[in-house]
Amino acid sequence: MNWDTVIGLEVHVQLNTKTKLFSHAETSFGAGANSHTTALDQGHPGTLPVLNREALRKAIQAGLALHCTINEYSRFDRKNYFYPDLPKAYQISQYHHPICSKGWLEISVNDPKRGEYARKIHLTRIHLEEDAGKLVHGQGGAVAESYVDLNRAGTPLIEIVSEPELTSALEAVAYLQKLRSILLYLGVSDCNMEEGSLRCDANISLKPEGSSALGNRTEIKNMNTFKGLLAAVEYEVRRQQRVLEGGGKVETETLLFDPVERKTRSMRSKEDAHDYRYFPEPDLPPVLVGKDQVDAIAAALPELPDAKRDRYQKDFGLSLYDADVLVSEKPMASYFEAAVAAFPAEPKKICNWITTEIAGTLNEGNRSIETFPVKPEALGELVRLVSEGAITGKIAKELFAEMIATGKRPADLVKEKGIQVISDDGALRAICERLIRENPDPVAKYRGGNKNALGFFVGAVMKETKGQANPKSVNQILAELLK
Amino acid sequence: MNPEKLTLAQAIRGLLKKEYTPGELARACVKAVEDDNRRPDKLNAIIGLHPEKAESLAAGLREGAPLAGAPILVKDNMNVEGLPVACASKILEGYVSPYTGGAVSRLIQNGGLPFARANMDEFAMGSSTETSHYGIARNPVNRAYTPGGSSGGSAAAVAGGQAIAALGSDTGGSIRQPAACCGIVGLKPTYGRVSRHGLIAFGSSLDQIGPITNTVEDAAILLGAIAGYDPNDSTSVDAPVPDYRAALEASPKGKRIGLPAEYFSEGVEPVVRAAVERVVAFYRAQGCEMVPLSLPATKYAIGTYYVVATAEASANLARFDGVRYGRRSPGAKDLRELYFNSRSEGFGLEVKRRILLGTYVLSSGYYDAYYLQAMKVRRALKNDFDAAFAKVDLVLTPIMPEPVFKIGARSQDPIKMYLSDIFTVVANLVGVPAISVPCGKDADGLPIGFQLIGRSFDEAGVLAAAHAWDREQPR
Repeated sequence: MNWDTVIGLEVHVQLNTKTKLFSHAETSFGAGANSHTTALDQGHPGTLPVLNREALRKAIQAGLALHCTINEYSRFDRKNYFYPDLPKAYQISQYHHPICSKGWLEISVNDPKRGEYARKIHLTRIHLEEDAGKLVHGQGGAVAESYVDLNRAGTPLIEIVSEPELTSALEAVAYLQKLRSILLYLGVSDCNMEEGSLRCDANISLKPEGSSALGNRTEIKNMNTFKGLLAAVEYEVRRQQRVLEGGGKVETETLLFDPVERKTRSMRSKEDAHDYRYFPEPDLPPVLVGKDQVDAIAAALPELPDAKRDRYQKDFGLSLYDADVLVSEKPMASYFEAAVAAFPAEPKKICNWITTEIAGTLNEGNRSIETFPVKPEALGELVRLVSEGAITGKIAKELFAEMIATGKRPADLVKEKGIQVISDDGALRAICERLIRENPDPVAKYRGGNKNALGFFVGAVMKETKGQANPKSVNQILAELLK
Repeated sequence: MNPEKLTLAQAIRGLLKKEYTPGELARACVKAVEDDNRRPDKLNAIIGLHPEKAESLAAGLREGAPLAGAPILVKDNMNVEGLPVACASKILEGYVSPYTGGAVSRLIQNGGLPFARANMDEFAMGSSTETSHYGIARNPVNRAYTPGGSSGGSAAAVAGGQAIAALGSDTGGSIRQPAACCGIVGLKPTYGRVSRHGLIAFGSSLDQIGPITNTVEDAAILLGAIAGYDPNDSTSVDAPVPDYRAALEASPKGKRIGLPAEYFSEGVEPVVRAAVERVVAFYRAQGCEMVPLSLPATKYAIGTYYVVATAEASANLARFDGVRYGRRSPGAKDLRELYFNSRSEGFGLEVKRRILLGTYVLSSGYYDAYYLQAMKVRRALKNDFDAAFAKVDLVLTPIMPEPVFKIGARSQDPIKMYLSDIFTVVANLVGVPAISVPCGKDADGLPIGFQLIGRSFDEAGVLAAAHAWDREQPR
């Protein structure tokens, strides 16, 4: 039997506000344990939460960027459970009335089996909530003890919940990548996955192909790498398929993915599921958001990747693929735009440099374009030099390597090294005539009809001139002399 | 000087005339407590004496602060930096507050100096101050009787001459009922009038801090010193604070006072009814118009109150888990045991009962039947009062259907204990201000009180009408 895979993602995003969601403690990462906490973050009795309006604004920005309805009335609830990383023994979250409802985003997927395609994935909701602290186990002497660090407790999160519309692990990854890209464009989160600023849970079920009834689902908790998400979902889909094809029943349970063993294991079964006893948070009045406020936030939104991609295709004549690559990361798009501003005549050439040479170099060194030694203005200049015939493509590549190493501008390097293109017909003609004399075999081949033999002479001329010959002129002269 | 029978107004005058210093006054209160503590039937109204705190605060007293350094007793559920705060519970044994809450900060800025902590029902859960981990408190009028609760320590201390004035907290009558039991005045302000920041929560949507004093005038003075918006409490309201003391002089003439039938039913004992009828006659004589009323949703109030209050409490008290502060049960083998043992050993019976009730009403499958239903009744009660206040300025009722009860009389019967709150919980559910004022004694000489309920944020009107009666009473 064939199976349809049904996946929904719940993505938790830490908002990059200066202070926490309900206290004035700082949110920054890496401080000494419990140093970024107030009495409220430590759950001291009598303390009361006060909503951080900046966190609310960022949640609304995310909602608008993801085509959500921003609810005029939203409210916080208490989610009750005991765990030492949760100092109040309840998490303040939005259960009944989230700040954003509905919405969608478009993903593009490159699936070896299905080819390249784009899909719209709908969102159920976005709500605001506070993060928990973390436990540190087994430090401090002979006795195995656990410690609580509440620096992260109270950090503002948005939880973005998708409809169960994703149909493969690749789509799930594409969704998470697109979400991350949009959030980075907005600047509402640093989306640093290693530090846990972006993490996701996946709900997975299978059903017979074409069937409308959903199967029992499992939930994989807390994945914070794209690789992990891909591996976990692929594993879980295969596992469920094996269970179903063996005549078994998929148990509704919560799972953890072990990236070393590369398999999921049970965290808790349905029977152990918490009853969170949600009820309205009496310490916080409902959140009322006016249309004026939403309109003002909408008007100030930056250009988002989809709009940028469309504009690159329209204004610069880039292909969909190239435009997608450029806009997928905001710093790359900014780099491209700065380079084009420096030399507006050839955006396609600039794009090629970025997607091949620069992307390649960045990948090798695991570096970011923001700290790349070749500034976009320098790249623009390099492309201009080639375009104006001042240097050849080959020279440009050599210069580029030096620009990476030294950070120097290409025009300066050209001057420094005395590079100039030999377009002088007389000089080139002399070299060509000598080479033809010295190499009767390739001449015979060429004249015998093997036009590829021309390449031999072009290469030889370039070698003689250390790449400084104008390739157009060389081709012309050779063709004429070999006739 | 003797703090006994000294009103807050008199104490402020004495302090301003420098007849005594704030420290001397605080020490005199402390001495009264220490003397009484030698008796086998001690009041046990105060469970922590901190005169050194009052003295150190007196050093920073602001010139012209309206309370002029008067020592004020605070209930053991309010955070004062550097002082223990335990809600009279074993689970907070040894806990010292790391900060001062909003209302107490304002009190201190206005020259009211915390010098001691008052006994109370554990976590304010009770109507008799019998559930305290620090022992029962007694009624100074007759020590065989309870002082009421949960702010029984605050009321007993003020009535018993151990404090000049006190702060209590009122979730379902916990200021008004003990004030009535001890023959003094207690005011529950409008929800949002006084900051809850620093008040250890019982029922967050119901709790308010308010004054417990010898006179209505004192209540007006003390309310003025604690009321006002606090950015640390998102449920406090940014509305101007009137001069409550100046407002006392307003005549009640022409006021319309509602008498709700539901509060004068057969369930009200004759001695209580007779005492309240005398108050009705007084206001009529003052030129008030008495208006018969019905508040039909009242019959659901007690059930609703115990759903809302326990639901909120079940979450509010979950943080007392032995992990970060307070008492941790020693020797737990794992996390589960740490939680179970710390909470089992740390909470008393009544607190456990209410946590279980609250957990139950919020449970999956029961939420709609209990909590959601309670929210609907709460709305109906509010509608009742909105309709009433369209016709009248104030509502007058007894505080309790029966006179003060003896220690132990109800402690084995929780339902009967809960019913003592039947006339007081509505003001909390609706959020309106209400005052309790003494109006006579029963055959055993124990005090009886009446209640005036006003419109939201009309504490001034409530106080003025109460003062008109109170100023005429012999002391």
